[in-house]
Amino acid sequence: MSVEIQIPVALARYTGNQESLKLSGASVEEAIRNLTSQFPSLKNHLLDKKGEIRPFVNIYVNDQDIRHGKQMKTALKSGDVVTIVPSIAGGNK
Amino acid sequence: MRFNYRIMNVLPPLKFSSSLGSTTETMSGKPTSLNRSPLPLRPDEGAPGVLGRIGNTPLYEFRQVTPKNDRVKIFAKLEWYNPAGSVKDRPAYRMIAHGEQTGALKPGKIILDASSGNTGIAYAMIGACRGYQVRLCIPKNVCIERKQMLAAYGAEVIYTDPRKSSDGAIVEAQRLMRENPDLYFYPDQYNNDQNWTAHFETTGPEIIRQTGGQVTHFIAGLGTTGSLMGTGRRLKKELKHIKVIAMQPDSPFHGLEGLKHMESAIVPGIYDANFPDDQVSVRTEDAHEMVRRLAREEGMLVGISSGAVMKAALNHSERIETGNIVVIFPDGGDRYLSESFWKA
Repeated sequence: MSVEIQIPVALARYTGNQESLKLSGASVEEAIRNLTSQFPSLKNHLLDKKGEIRPFVNIYVNDQDIRHGKQMKTALKSGDVVTIVPSIAGGNK
Repeated sequence: MRFNYRIMNVLPPLKFSSSLGSTTETMSGKPTSLNRSPLPLRPDEGAPGVLGRIGNTPLYEFRQVTPKNDRVKIFAKLEWYNPAGSVKDRPAYRMIAHGEQTGALKPGKIILDASSGNTGIAYAMIGACRGYQVRLCIPKNVCIERKQMLAAYGAEVIYTDPRKSSDGAIVEAQRLMRENPDLYFYPDQYNNDQNWTAHFETTGPEIIRQTGGQVTHFIAGLGTTGSLMGTGRRLKKELKHIKVIAMQPDSPFHGLEGLKHMESAIVPGIYDANFPDDQVSVRTEDAHEMVRRLAREEGMLVGISSGAVMKAALNHSERIETGNIVVIFPDGGDRYLSESFWKA
């Protein structure tokens, strides 16, 4: 099952400047795990020491905030778009 | 007895003349744009209405959240006491006043700028007071409280790609300005010398007065960098012993609203990286923890960047033997209550 993951510009330096990636994953948790396996330097930016999403990281599936649903257990289907953004704005090229 | 509606209808509209300035307001609350004086460059020099309340914020000495070394004191400028609730009232006011004084801002022009929230809210408040339409480019991921405040003041908001953060908003504001240069007054807070000058003229002298010149260290976060550059320059001009310390997020991807990780961001034109005596960084989670601590131990509801700068101050207090550290608390916690970190 292939989903699209959109990366914030601030983290593109850790994905070879790719801002959009195709990955497999039946849930958000699995997709993020696959993402950080492929790009290990992303891990510390997205996950805390317990492996949970850091508090200021928001994840949307097709524009729906996963915090308002099943969170990391949110199921994904082929073609879904997963977007990662910081919860508040700073400033990055 | 019958009311004579005809007579009532021909009465002229009620007018109020401000004792502090020349602005005339009608009963509709909309100030007239004609025949009025430009705003003074400093709000305390006769700015009308709530604008005259910008600046002169309290300097607070911490009682509970204090350094281990009792020969070091920490003080904070509580900037949420400004009318629109943040430090940004100061530069927004001065940039608009300067625009009026130079003629760059005239009735009918639209105030346009990019903001991650607080400057936009300040523009919206000042625009409401002066009768200007305000159009703002804001990253879509600013918290809901800011969006609600902008709507409450009647500002028009153009949301930009959240993945590009405030830099995406800057690029969009620049594009709009290029398309319609005559339509807008574009203060360009990141590159406008009136931004840091506002702090040179107000924040800096206030700190010197409130500490009796005894401040030894000044710490501020880097966003537009106006607070650090303007206040720092004033302190360095007046006080030979002062150390100015710049604080920024520890990584490109962070949750410190309004602050910039300079290495990876569009660097504001008003910033001089050689100016601060020292540079420190703070992790977002450490700022969150400090925000909770200030609420629960000091009874002080502060914003995330205030938590970050307090963390930097406490860290720095362990590196010095004695001193009075002054920090800027840019805003209060009430505009972050929808954030999840409060639950920890």
